[in-house]
Amino acid sequence: MDEKEQLQARARCTRRESFVKLGLGSLGIAGAGAGVFGYEFLSPNVLYEPSPAVNAGKPDRYPQGSVTADPKAGIYIIHGPEGFYALSAVCTHLGCLTVWSPEQGQIACPCHGSKFNADGAKIEGPALRGLPWLKVAISEEGDLLVDRSTTVPPKQFLRT
Amino acid sequence: MAKSLEDIRLRETRVWRSVFRTGTGATNLRRALAVQQNIFLHLFSVKIRRAALNFSVTWYLGTLSLSTFFILVATGIPLMLYYHPSVPQAYADMKDLQFVVSAGVFLRNLHRWSAHAMVLLVFAHMFKVFYRGAYRPPREFNWVIGVVLLIVTLFLSYTGYLLPWDQLAFWAITVGSNIMSAVPVVGRKFRFLMLGGNTVNANALLRFYVLHCVILPLAAVVFIGIHFWRIRKDGGLYTGGTTTRE
Repeated sequence: MDEKEQLQARARCTRRESFVKLGLGSLGIAGAGAGVFGYEFLSPNVLYEPSPAVNAGKPDRYPQGSVTADPKAGIYIIHGPEGFYALSAVCTHLGCLTVWSPEQGQIACPCHGSKFNADGAKIEGPALRGLPWLKVAISEEGDLLVDRSTTVPPKQFLRT
Repeated sequence: MAKSLEDIRLRETRVWRSVFRTGTGATNLRRALAVQQNIFLHLFSVKIRRAALNFSVTWYLGTLSLSTFFILVATGIPLMLYYHPSVPQAYADMKDLQFVVSAGVFLRNLHRWSAHAMVLLVFAHMFKVFYRGAYRPPREFNWVIGVVLLIVTLFLSYTGYLLPWDQLAFWAITVGSNIMSAVPVVGRKFRFLMLGGNTVNANALLRFYVLHCVILPLAAVVFIGIHFWRIRKDGGLYTGGTTTRE
């Protein structure tokens, strides 16, 4: 037997081997398909979660120098000397709802003790980042609108 | 004496013999057959070393873990009859179980305390096996199965924690799932799939309920079965000294 014939003999497989290959191949394809279907099935296409846009009412509800918490929406509306801004009230550590403490002039997290000041900057950990600033706009009716899905760089005040 | 004779007569009836083929346990062979031919007992060895029954060998921690698992199944199924995994009904159902349903508070508390006990016992079992060196070959694979069972136990605990749908449950799962999202690359996606959304909400409650009541208990039963079968296959309980493969 020369080298070529040897190679051919090695490449040839028995009927049983080819059926095993066919079976395993089909199982592999079916398994991959089931994986894709399973992943798609487990990912909801429609979420019945609250809208990210929050109508915070007329700006004159918020006096100069006030920090107003909206725990249901998980935001703070703050009327600082330079204008309005909104902070996310969700702690950047592990997602607990923070609380504004007017006596200390600080935002604190009840879960693990992170502290932030009124412009969202981190004072104390374990949170790694400050509270994000959220996009604020004025609607056609003159209401304050907070978009919780859009963060903006700090120090972007809204003047009315 | 008369009673035991009657007992033997009962065991020789046709009905009894059709159920338990081995008859009386009069000889060692019969006793061995009684274990070997029973669907539940055949996982175990027909004979064990007397030393393996000593309290000091295992402190019975594996058996105690299994007992708490049985208590959890037996109390969990009745609790399911009064519990709707929906928002906000779940919280009201939990309160009904405490204050309205007869024996509800007993079942709920037994379920809760047994869950705590099971986590404690499973850890104690693991430490006992570790410090006695019972994880060494030929039992190394059963140690791995044990680790899987530890993880299943912890996930059962974690998923059950959300079901009362109170503040403690909500924030614990919020924090826990945010820890999970810290896993590189897949963390956020995995959190989304586990919660069925971006926040701990109705979808999360339902998914945790199904995991807690169906998927994880089934996984536990399968792995407990393998765990027990492997004790026999690995030469019985470790009683100290050197062991060899069967």
